[in-house]
Parts: sequence; structure tokens; C-alpha cells
Amino acid sequence: MTALLQNVFAGLSLGCTYALVALGFVVIYKATGVINFAQGGLLALGAYLGYTFSTSLAMAFAVAVVLACLAAAVAGAAVERIVLRRMVGQPPFAVIMITIGLLFVIEPVITAIWGFENLQVTNPWNIDTVTVGGLVLGVRDLWTIGLTAAAVVGFFLFFRHSDFGLAMRATAFDPEAALAQGISARRVYAVSWAIAAALAALAGITLAAGPGGLSPSIGFIALAAFPAMILGGVDSPTGAVLGGLVIGLVEALTRGYQDHLFAWAGDNVSVIVPYLIMILILLVRPYGLLGTRDVRRI
Amino acid sequence: MARPHRNLVRDHGQDLRLFGTPAARTGLVAMLAVFAVLPTVVREDFWLSVLIYVGITAIGAIGLNLLTGYCGQVSLGHAFFIGAGAYCTAIAGGTLGLPLPLWLAAAAMVGAALGGLIGPFTLRLRGHYLAIVTLGLVFVGEHLWRNLRPVTGGNSGTSVTASTALGPVDLSRIEVAGEVYSRNQGWFWLVWALVGLTALLAKNLVRTRPGRALQAIRDRDQAAEVIGVRAGRYKIAAFMVSSAIAAVAGALFGAYQQFVSPDEWNLLLSIQYIAIVIVGGLGTIFGAVLGAIFVGALPALIDRYSDVIPGVQTSVGGDGFISVFALNQAIFGVLIVVFLVVEPRGLAGIWLRIKTYFRTWPFSY
Repeated sequence: MTALLQNVFAGLSLGCTYALVALGFVVIYKATGVINFAQGGLLALGAYLGYTFSTSLAMAFAVAVVLACLAAAVAGAAVERIVLRRMVGQPPFAVIMITIGLLFVIEPVITAIWGFENLQVTNPWNIDTVTVGGLVLGVRDLWTIGLTAAAVVGFFLFFRHSDFGLAMRATAFDPEAALAQGISARRVYAVSWAIAAALAALAGITLAAGPGGLSPSIGFIALAAFPAMILGGVDSPTGAVLGGLVIGLVEALTRGYQDHLFAWAGDNVSVIVPYLIMILILLVRPYGLLGTRDVRRI
Repeated sequence: MARPHRNLVRDHGQDLRLFGTPAARTGLVAMLAVFAVLPTVVREDFWLSVLIYVGITAIGAIGLNLLTGYCGQVSLGHAFFIGAGAYCTAIAGGTLGLPLPLWLAAAAMVGAALGGLIGPFTLRLRGHYLAIVTLGLVFVGEHLWRNLRPVTGGNSGTSVTASTALGPVDLSRIEVAGEVYSRNQGWFWLVWALVGLTALLAKNLVRTRPGRALQAIRDRDQAAEVIGVRAGRYKIAAFMVSSAIAAVAGALFGAYQQFVSPDEWNLLLSIQYIAIVIVGGLGTIFGAVLGAIFVGALPALIDRYSDVIPGVQTSVGGDGFISVFALNQAIFGVLIVVFLVVEPRGLAGIWLRIKTYFRTWPFSY
């Protein structure tokens, strides 16, 4: 029982990372209709900026996190402004390819600036743990879950109750009608990218503070958040969070019981479990758990 | 009596001709001459191997261009099918010892079968989904290659010993009139002949009914269905053909390299192919070959000249701020972005513009 709960806890922590990234995917997809493959690059960028602020410049960790998120947000908005703005109205294929190209540009840029070495981010959590009723809970995992919850709640408050959130929902629903009401689609697009980048940066920093440390391949975890987005439904923010948690849980449980139940499937089968879940959900419910059913008349 | 100008197209049959104009026929002859003579002029093994890899890449890129350029379906799973073709050759060519045409055919059939198996799941979803699902395919495939040890040799890879004999001629050692040609020279002729064959096959596919159906689906799938194109079937068929061609490229890759390991079939390989079709020009067979020459030769050239390019590390931990691998990756990314933003029609588009300029000269604009 303890082992099960321990795995569930690990899964929640991992799922929170996925949830943050998937939420970023959904925010951009809803606003601009683009699936952003470069999210992993923004995640890595945010994590490395966090390293710079926290370790190189020796700032307080909380300040470093906030600064890194803000810097990543600016970078995200800049990418939208410089590259993606030119692609408005182009076929979705071209736009997807652009974001893939960006992903493959950002990673070498990061290695060129920060190098290949595995870096340790100075953080107040380290490997401290608290023991609750026999469960050993990592302080970092607890903070990851707490920060994610705070970020998600903050996002939903902003999205549902602020004027700009209303503008974003209006643009997602019908860009032309929103324009006619005086909503600036440009600002909505830029802010969507900024929010997604900030969420990715938060995920990146909490991940980098963990046992794996910080390496240039950290951004690849964002690819595993695609299944989370698909599972939840591409256009549902709630679904993204739910999907992220489910994927994280299943992955952690598969890893936990690898030796007992999944030995036949080969080593590290947990890495591909998110994709298998994605293929399964696409067969059964292509629009995801909470997504809008795509209606086509033919 | 006034004769129509040689460039004037008066009926559909004329428009479909592959080499319709005198200039095109001259070009064909020139290409054949270069094909026949090049390996005897360029004898250095480095350049020959670069050209062979470029040729193999061109075959794979033609396959991807059928799917992405003509049918409009983005696939990031090309690396998976290339890997499947390579491992298929390890069995068909190595273990079973089949001759050259048979192991190539076996790879093509395995590729088509895998494409037919996976296509129906992914292609009923539109647009973005295919890119994501095929992304998953790369990872699932990598897991399979690492764990199906009897076939793939696991992490340590497997050797591929496929026969290269074509009838009485062994391409690894061609003897004509006392002159002996090396393995690389033989492989150049084999690979580039196959590039020509694949290009011809693809061209014939796209200039006839199936090709027009694919382009209709690309431009607007609902409209295509309204005019009677079975979008689902054609998408799956395109996926199968594309996968089959990819598997053939993989088979050649494995057989030429004689050794393959799971690390080679990663996402970067898929991205390289995407970069090729975009840089070369979406929706042109010619562009896929052009892109393969341009993009496919880059990693080899960078690797060779890394000591003279400023800022590039020649060894692990050496001077410079960027490694050869990272530089390649960055270049693929930059090429994709720059071409899509600045010249979406790619190198083939630039070439066509130049051609049109001179053809209509002095009334060009």
C-alpha cells in the first residue's frame, strides 16, 4: 500500500510538469490554432534562465523563479512577434513546421550558451524529504504540486474572470467577431505565447531542481506532454491539466511496477506509455476526454 | 507555314510529357552522362560516400514528399519506417541471404504493410494530429528497436550483410574490360539508378489520377470528397507508398553502412527529412532530390571541415562553443524556419522562377 501511494505521489509530481506544459499547448492552440512544438525549447530556456538567476547571479530562489518565468514570457512573446506573426493565414502545416524548426534551433543555442554539462540549480529544496504516515515525500515534489496548483488556479481565474481572459476566449471562439468588438488579436496571440512560455518555464525550473539536474535535453519532456494534451482534448484547459495528471500517474505507476508486471515489455517501457495511451485515446475518443467534438458535414 | 513554338502546350497529352522540350531532353542526357561518368572522375572514397548517402536520402525524401508535399500530411515518423527497412534488410539480406532485388522488395513490402497498419489509426484524424501521433511512433519505434533483441541486436546494434550481386555482376566489385571498380563506385551507380527509378515512379504517380486526387485532398479535403475523391483511402495509400519508399531508403542505408544501431532512427532523422522536403520544395519530385543534395551533404561537409569553421568544436571538450552535432541540428531548424517564412516553394521554386525568367525573356517581369 505504501509503495502504491509512493508511486502515486511520484506520478502526481510528474503529472504536474506535464499539466503545466499541456496547459501551455492548449492556451496557444485555443488562441491561435497552432500546436506549438517549440514548447520544449521554451521549457529548457526557462530552466536555464532560472539557473542563471539562481546559481550564477546568486539571487533568492523565489525571485529567480519569478524572473525566469517573466523572461521566458518575454521570449515567448518575441518568438510569436518575430516568427509566427508572419505565418498568420498560412496553412497549419507550415506553422507546425515552423515551431518544429524553432524547437531544433533553441536547443543548440542553449548548449552554445550554457554548455552540455549537467548543471545543479541552487534551490532551497534539494533532496529534503518529509515523512507522513510512512510515506516519504520529497519537498521538491510537494512544491511542484503546490506551485502547479497555484499556477493553474491563477490561470483559470485570469481566463474566466478578467477582461483579457474574456478577450482570449472570444478570440478563440471567433477571431473575426472578436476583432469586430475591438479586441486586438495581436495582443491576444502575444499574451497567449507569453503565458504558455511562463508555464513551461515554471515546469522547467521545478524539473531542473529535481534529482535529474539540468541538461540540454530537458526540453524533450515536453514532447511527452502532447499525449496529455490529446488525452484531455486539444481545446480544453481543464482537460490539459487532467490529462497531464493522468499521464504522469500512469507513467509513474508503470515505472514503479516495471519489474513485477511489465518486465515482458522491455526496459524503460514507462517512457513510451504516454504515447500508447495517446494512440488508445485517439482510437476511442479522438477529441479527448473534455475536448469539443469536431463536427464535419460531408 | 507557321509552326507553333516548341514551348506551346496544345493538349493534355503534351502537358503530361516528362521531357517535353528540347531543353529538358538535353538536361536528361546531361544527367545520364554525369551519372555514368561521375564515379570514375571522383574516385575519393569520402566524396563518393557523401554522394551515396545523399542519394539514399533523396529516395527517402521523395517518399516523404509524396505524403507531405502532395497529400499535405505532416509525418514525423519517417525515421521509424527507415529503421524498419534497415532491420528488414538485416533479416532478408543477411539471415535469409536473399539477392539484391528481393531484399529491396521485401523492405518495400514491410514498409507498406507497416504504413497500412498504422495509417488507418492516424489518418482519420486531421491536420495536427498526424504530426503528434507519428512523433509518438518514433519513440515507440525506438523502444521496439532497443528491445526486440533477436531482430535488432538491442542497444548494441546489428550488422547487415546483404548481397549486392545483380545477376552475374557484383556491384561491390565491378569488372569491365579489365578495369575494376570499387565498392563505393558500384554503390553510387546502384543508389542513383534507384533515385532515378523512384523519381520516375513518383512522378508518374503524381501526374496521373492518384496524384491529382492527393493534391485535391491537400488543398481541401472536404471539397475533394465532394467531387468524389475517397480522401481516407488515398491518404492511407499515400502513407503506404511513402512508408514503402522510406523502407527502401532504410534498406539501402543499412546495406551500405553494413551496421545499424537504434540510435540512428531518432527524431532528428525525421526532422532532417522534413527539412529536406521544405528546403527542396514541397510538392515537387525534383525539389526532393535538390533538397537532399543541399541538406543531406551538409552534415558530412560540416564534419569534414569542422576544423576551419570558426566556433565549432572538433572534439569533445575542445575549443569552440558549439559541437558538430548541435550545429547540424541548429542548421536544420534554421533552414526550416527561413525557407517557410521567406521561400515556401523551396529551392525548386527558385529554380522554376529562374527558368521562367529566361524562357519568357525579354518579356520577363
